[in-house]
Amino acid sequence: MEALVATAIGLLTASGVYLALRPRSFEVILGMSLMSYAVNLFLFATGRLAPGLPPIISSTATGYTDPLPQALVLTAIVISFGMTAVLVMLAVGAYLQSGSDAVDPEDRQE
Amino acid sequence: MTPAVVAPILLPALLAAMMLLFARQNLAVQRVMSLAGTSGLIVLAIYLSGLGEPQAYHLGNWPAPFGIVLVADRLSALMLLLVAGLAAVVALHVVATGLDRQGASFHPLFQFQLMGLNGAFLTGDAFTLFVFFEVLLIASYGLAVHGGGAERLRAGVRYVATNLVGSALFLIGLGVIYGVTGTLNLADLAVKVASLPPSDHALIRVAAVMLLVVFALKAALVPLHFWLPGTYANTSPAVAALFAVMTKVGAYALLRFGTLIFPPGTAATQSLWPDILLPAALITLIVGSLGILGSQSLGRLTAFAAIASMGTLLIALSGFTPQATTAGLYYLIHSTLAIAALFLIADLIDARGGDEQPGGATLPQSGLLACVFFAVAIAVAGMPPLSGFLGKLLILQARWDQATLVWPAILITSLVAVIGLARTGSLLFWKTPGEAASSPNPLTFAAPVLLLAALLAMTVFAGPLTDALARTADALHDPATYIAAQQVQP
Repeated sequence: MEALVATAIGLLTASGVYLALRPRSFEVILGMSLMSYAVNLFLFATGRLAPGLPPIISSTATGYTDPLPQALVLTAIVISFGMTAVLVMLAVGAYLQSGSDAVDPEDRQE
Repeated sequence: MTPAVVAPILLPALLAAMMLLFARQNLAVQRVMSLAGTSGLIVLAIYLSGLGEPQAYHLGNWPAPFGIVLVADRLSALMLLLVAGLAAVVALHVVATGLDRQGASFHPLFQFQLMGLNGAFLTGDAFTLFVFFEVLLIASYGLAVHGGGAERLRAGVRYVATNLVGSALFLIGLGVIYGVTGTLNLADLAVKVASLPPSDHALIRVAAVMLLVVFALKAALVPLHFWLPGTYANTSPAVAALFAVMTKVGAYALLRFGTLIFPPGTAATQSLWPDILLPAALITLIVGSLGILGSQSLGRLTAFAAIASMGTLLIALSGFTPQATTAGLYYLIHSTLAIAALFLIADLIDARGGDEQPGGATLPQSGLLACVFFAVAIAVAGMPPLSGFLGKLLILQARWDQATLVWPAILITSLVAVIGLARTGSLLFWKTPGEAASSPNPLTFAAPVLLLAALLAMTVFAGPLTDALARTADALHDPATYIAAQQVQP
């Protein structure tokens, strides 16, 4: 399972970095989202992968998973979601005002 | 437990919420609240500076390292005072020039920005530092595009995207640190990183470099400086003046982590940070100075002056000795005020329609404008008699160990900056006298002159100020009381 999770995080990061380096803001936003998914998965995995174990104290539990990374991931998800929303609004505003989706308008003269 | 420690975060948060709820349409009330709030922050910061020993506040009374701790030590109080003072002057300038009329919700965003800045300086927890970074960034996105316009929005998109990548790296770094040490409390980390088994050293070094990259991005160190000129030159200059303190958040985080968690004596990281920081800072200084020489507008010139000042500042901070830190802190205060003053003057010149065209008729109030520009340019370039000269002198003295690199870099780039500023000044003010257009309100001069007065005070009272900063630096390099204040449970 470690190999699967690690591969997934690596693939998401690689795709995110590739898209973030594209010249149009739509692709950049998609890349940012993929990168934030990868980061969230990575943060979750820092508490070690322990399937089927409860994070909260109970009398029947045989072991526990670390609850702190789950709280961190929750915060990180909320923040990255809000940030993506802000970025989408700015990109839409820039697109409507200038009629172009290019991140750097000087690159547009093909 | 000192409840006053949490007040600098709560005050702007409550003010911003109240403005949005009760005074959405009433600009006059918002202005009064904004000015009163920043004045209140100055009083709070002075009170916290007077406490001396580090004071902790455990949020929700959860014991560290399980709960979140806020700590106000000398460095935090100093940064709070700098932010509050600068914010008060910028708020005054915004009210005087009517920038807040150009779009909705300027003052609430301004207060949220202050909340994020204060939180970043007060927190004693690495993850909360990330959260407050995001708070101050999300408010700065709003402020950066305030007033609108296609080019400003596009610069905003680039600024947000760059910082989102930075946030992702920050989270990965924090994840690695948590995976290795099992804690994110700064005081607890200081103890645990120092006693890591050698098998974990490689991982913690990776995390240390990731955090270094993130903080260098915030501090606009070359090669991570590219977001700054576009953002600062395209936003309104008054907002850029407040942003002069944002790069210092990166410098603060470098200083805090570099003295508390990764000091040069630690077995795990050794001199990893200083070895990377010094060359990066030197190149930053050179790139920033060349930018000053090559800039076509005053806004862009000031943005590059900000980059050059970060280079000089980090040359000092990369020493990680009490003497170098003292010099760095003095230059940190000076450069924040000087760069902010230069941005405010750029705003005044913009308002009089003078930045773009060389030649043409003189600007209205040209004499007074030229005098203020001349004084601030002296401060920015680091010429005597103002505080920039003293700051650079302190840094040269403190980095005697690297004199072959540091001395030529700082001295030659100072000359380059003088040439760049003199050229811009003569283009702006050396014109044939013509009929002056209508003069804007002379009250708009108040804010830059106030900053200039602060620089003058820094020069006159340099002795007592450096004594106080030396005590701050000593406390930073001997973090036992900082760690003890958090009462970390074993």
